[in-house]
Amino acid sequence: MRHIISILMENEPGALSRVVGLFSQRNFNIETLNVAPTEDPSLSRLTVTTIGDDRVIEQITKHLNKLIDVVKLVDLTEGNHIERELMLVKVKALGAARDEVKRTVDIFRAQIVDVTPSLYTVQITGDASKLDAFLQAMAPVGILEVARTGVSGIARGDKVLSL
Amino acid sequence: MELLSGADMIARFLQDEGVEYIYGYPGGAALHIYDALFRQDKVKHILVRHEQAATHAADGYARASGKPGVVLVTSGPGATNAVTGIATAYMDSIPMVVLCGQVMSHLIGDDAFQETDIVGVTRPIVKHSFSIRHPSEIPEVLKKAFYLAATGRPGPVVVDIPKDMTAPTERYEYVYPKKVKLRSYNPVTRGHTGQIKKAVEMMLKAKRPVFYTGGGVVTGKASEGLTDLVKQLGFPITTTLMGIGAYPQSDRQCLGWLGMHGSYESNMAMHHADLIIAIGARFDDRVTNNTSKFCPTAKIIHVDVDPSSVSKTVRADVPIVGPASSVINEMISLVQGQSIAQPEALAEWWQKIDGWRAEREGKLYEPSKPGDVLKPQEVVEALCRVTRGEAYVTTDVGQHQMFAAQYYKFDKPNRLITSGGLGTMGFGFPAAMGIKQNFPDDDVVCVTGEGSFQMMMQELSTCKQYGVGVKIVNLNNASLGMVRQWQDLNYKSRHAHSYMESLPDFHMLIEAYGFTAMTVNTLDELEPALERAFANKHELVFLDVKVDPHEHVYPMQVPLGAMRDMLLSKTERT
Repeated sequence: MRHIISILMENEPGALSRVVGLFSQRNFNIETLNVAPTEDPSLSRLTVTTIGDDRVIEQITKHLNKLIDVVKLVDLTEGNHIERELMLVKVKALGAARDEVKRTVDIFRAQIVDVTPSLYTVQITGDASKLDAFLQAMAPVGILEVARTGVSGIARGDKVLSL
Repeated sequence: MELLSGADMIARFLQDEGVEYIYGYPGGAALHIYDALFRQDKVKHILVRHEQAATHAADGYARASGKPGVVLVTSGPGATNAVTGIATAYMDSIPMVVLCGQVMSHLIGDDAFQETDIVGVTRPIVKHSFSIRHPSEIPEVLKKAFYLAATGRPGPVVVDIPKDMTAPTERYEYVYPKKVKLRSYNPVTRGHTGQIKKAVEMMLKAKRPVFYTGGGVVTGKASEGLTDLVKQLGFPITTTLMGIGAYPQSDRQCLGWLGMHGSYESNMAMHHADLIIAIGARFDDRVTNNTSKFCPTAKIIHVDVDPSSVSKTVRADVPIVGPASSVINEMISLVQGQSIAQPEALAEWWQKIDGWRAEREGKLYEPSKPGDVLKPQEVVEALCRVTRGEAYVTTDVGQHQMFAAQYYKFDKPNRLITSGGLGTMGFGFPAAMGIKQNFPDDDVVCVTGEGSFQMMMQELSTCKQYGVGVKIVNLNNASLGMVRQWQDLNYKSRHAHSYMESLPDFHMLIEAYGFTAMTVNTLDELEPALERAFANKHELVFLDVKVDPHEHVYPMQVPLGAMRDMLLSKTERT
């Protein structure tokens, strides 16, 4: 099963490589990964999506918790949560396809953020499956380039991941 | 307020931390530190002949004393030479602090002379690592390094120190930090009371219980408690290779050690048990054999200080995360005044175990006939007699390691010093050196083989420099015995590169360093030679004992089988 694990870790050089290294060292899988500082400059938040059965996920969280640079973590998929990913896509937009692309962008509540005579650059946010669906819809028109941020997430309700 | 250079801070910190010995080898990036060590006389630096030996010596010291071992090496090759020793300590959870010189910080990343990203190289084999970014950080970082190395599940910590951080001209305030805090590191100090209660209830009700305890009991200094608990309950106990001596092996309740080359009765008891009480052991593949066939009828209580060890390879029914000592003490207080529910079932269980014991009694190996080449097993048995079972025994890796563990009887913890997890050839001799320097009045013997010994024999020079009186028992079968054994069993005796052509004349080699060497060929020479070797505690003596190259280590678990599936000799199996 797919899990989204969010980690608060020391904003220190080398901390990221310890987390990433752990996954390859222990033969765990990383689907997506993103990391950025938080409102507290001493902390970074890293979100990783991974796939594994309960035993593997238990091992992943235990080993992550063991890393000295990891301060706190949560498996967001254990409860209700919001999952978002940002994607920028360059798609071909020539002739009749130009309108078709625009319509699809509207259907997906995406935005065109850059335009040239031959292509559109589209910005779209949502969960991973929405982004996948958009890519599928655009495939016949011609996708030129894709940049995805990887999944970020946060728990719904009063639950807060902080120190 | 005291102003010190980074290098002087390091020397001063080591003094304030109570470090007696530091093992190392100088080089460009570490020279400021070496100069600071030279200008003081509290911390003694031992100059090894290879950085790997520095880590093994510090490791041996740490295992025997329970205190962190300390290593100092230079950047680049100095640090990479230390890698095998760091990995050895990591796999066996041994506290160690490794100080590595590094090129000047403005050169990092430029492929400077003797530059290696040692923090990167060692990342998967350390508990944690630090890079010094300002000299003023040194006292606190070092305190954190020692604290991390020795607490929780112990392990090696690397501190990378760019040369400019130790420059003699730059001075900063030095205060010895008595305590440090890491917000993300709070090792557990006790187990969950409810879980411990549940575990004790299961223990009291068990019909066929067995304790299975590991290195965590030794490093967690919980042997006394464990012995009390096991004696009170009257249960059988088997230990891992790393856990040997945590419970006295000469006691009837001790079944020896378990796993691939463990005793027949240990492996049989594990397989047939209805309750396994695992403490400070990690169910590794050399113990469990095939996990899907592992102990089919047993419930499992698993006590470990490291949560990630619990249910890693074998699911625990009652997981307890906590230090062995405190959990055992809580168990003792719960067991006191209670009696086991089914004493007749336990008696029956013991009958069964005694039956297994009797089956193998006197059949473990065939002793040599007069005039024949010696069996390695009888050499270890003689060694045990001569040293009254009280020596610190270090080993290298291979058949001799298994024979040492099988035939020397250890009644105390921290006495068998062996590379269990990583299985590092070359470990034994430098480890013995580190122990002997710290326990000069004890017998310290390295049981080795001619393959392993040649991996670290340059340390004879170190022993000469510091007058280290270790004894070396070389079980010389002129082949890489364990490799050869596997080739006999799995490759139709095609001995690909497992024999040692052109062995040196060990006698002459040892004498070249000014030490005593003896060659032993027959049984009647053996004990007198051992007696002579151990007569003087402060003299290095090397015994080159010629042993049977055809001998195999048994029992040996059958690959992919259950605990009980074993080869018992070249012709028998379960």
